[in-house]
Amino acid sequence: MKYVTEYRDATLVKGVIEEIRRTVTRPWTIMEICGGQTHAIVRHGIDQLLPPEIELVHGPGCPVCVTPLELIDKALEIASRQEVIFCSYGDMLRVPGSNRDLFAVKAQGGDVRVVYSPLDAVKLAKANPEKQVVFFAIGFETTAPPNVMSVMHAKNLGLENYSILVSHVRVPPAVSAILSSEANRVQAFLLAGHVCAVMGYHEYPALAAQFQTPMVVTGFEPLDIVQGLLETVRLLEAGKVEVVNAYQRAVVFEGNKPAQKMIDTVFMEVDRKWRGIGSIPMSGWDLRPEFEKFNAEKRFNVETVTAEESPLCIAGLILQGLKKPHECTAFGNQCNPEHPLGATMVSSEGACAAYYRYGRVTIDA
Amino acid sequence: MCLAVPGKIVEIEENDGLQMAKVDFGGIFREACLDYVPEARVGDYCVIHVGFAISLLSEKEAMETLDLLKQISNIEEELGPEPGAAPA
Repeated sequence: MKYVTEYRDATLVKGVIEEIRRTVTRPWTIMEICGGQTHAIVRHGIDQLLPPEIELVHGPGCPVCVTPLELIDKALEIASRQEVIFCSYGDMLRVPGSNRDLFAVKAQGGDVRVVYSPLDAVKLAKANPEKQVVFFAIGFETTAPPNVMSVMHAKNLGLENYSILVSHVRVPPAVSAILSSEANRVQAFLLAGHVCAVMGYHEYPALAAQFQTPMVVTGFEPLDIVQGLLETVRLLEAGKVEVVNAYQRAVVFEGNKPAQKMIDTVFMEVDRKWRGIGSIPMSGWDLRPEFEKFNAEKRFNVETVTAEESPLCIAGLILQGLKKPHECTAFGNQCNPEHPLGATMVSSEGACAAYYRYGRVTIDA
Repeated sequence: MCLAVPGKIVEIEENDGLQMAKVDFGGIFREACLDYVPEARVGDYCVIHVGFAISLLSEKEAMETLDLLKQISNIEEELGPEPGAAPA
């Protein structure tokens, strides 16, 4: 058991898709919340193998995509300072701010570094006491435990030169916002497996009941995704509103308790603005007052930056599942991964980047 | 961002107050913090996300799921392809 190759078996995947074909009797619209799943679906062509009754729409589960423009501009301002080593996951470097990106800051002499883990940023802070080390702490629930541990670790090490620029968001409020929209077409959700590995799935039965929408916790390998879809179609066809776990090897109902406890120690729930969508009440996390000295926004006094989006970009509609990437007039011409107008074209989880990279549409030369 | 990869724990040691593991990702070795999965032991597989183990993988659940999916696939073989289905 290697936990990878077993879940990429084409014969098994085809077998499960055949079972979906036998089960489905009418059209269904299903949203995969997580951008990682969007990429897996498009990369493996799962959407094209499914029976035509099933339409997959792509959700907002791409932290790079929903991080608000103001915050990117704040990152750019902080990263430009001489005394700062600005650390980030690689995805964020090409995300456009109002007039440049982190690559541009680096090209102009800023010390911008890509790190694998927030603990690498803490190591840099320890090794460079004369510098201010700032970590760009974006992400959903999956990424929260590493980010809060970096703060706790820096505190325990007595580091005075480490802070994080926080833009943390949570899935359940986004699910609620999507299902509350008058334009909503989503009839069922594939829930993000790794978010649920951390948080469990005890928050979802109430949401499923409130909106009469079944939900299935789903993993990331091709076999995981078709298994999640099969469970979803079975629930939809039977008219059952339940939350089912189709990623049992990694997810338990209550989630990871030590991780949840550490999140609760360091973070508190706050309203968050989602790029392209707008503000969603209590949809994110920020540092608690007792950890305020680790808050880069306060340390560098960048709390008042405001910004405007490109008028051409329809990322907001794409993130809500209301439009597909190729329905955007800028897709593939004014907007491409080298020169993205919106963050959905940048990330390894963005829907536009997935459609562009895996050639889901023909682009006129 | 929520990309997380299964890896096998090959060594565990304390470092700066954190439980750190050397993790084997099919021949590539990286460090990962085990503080959120304190029950993990050498030889276990964990889901690793940005240098942190976030979940201990259950071999029992993994085998059961695979068996179930194999059964579903075998049903298809027994029934044969549907009339008019495209050749595989």
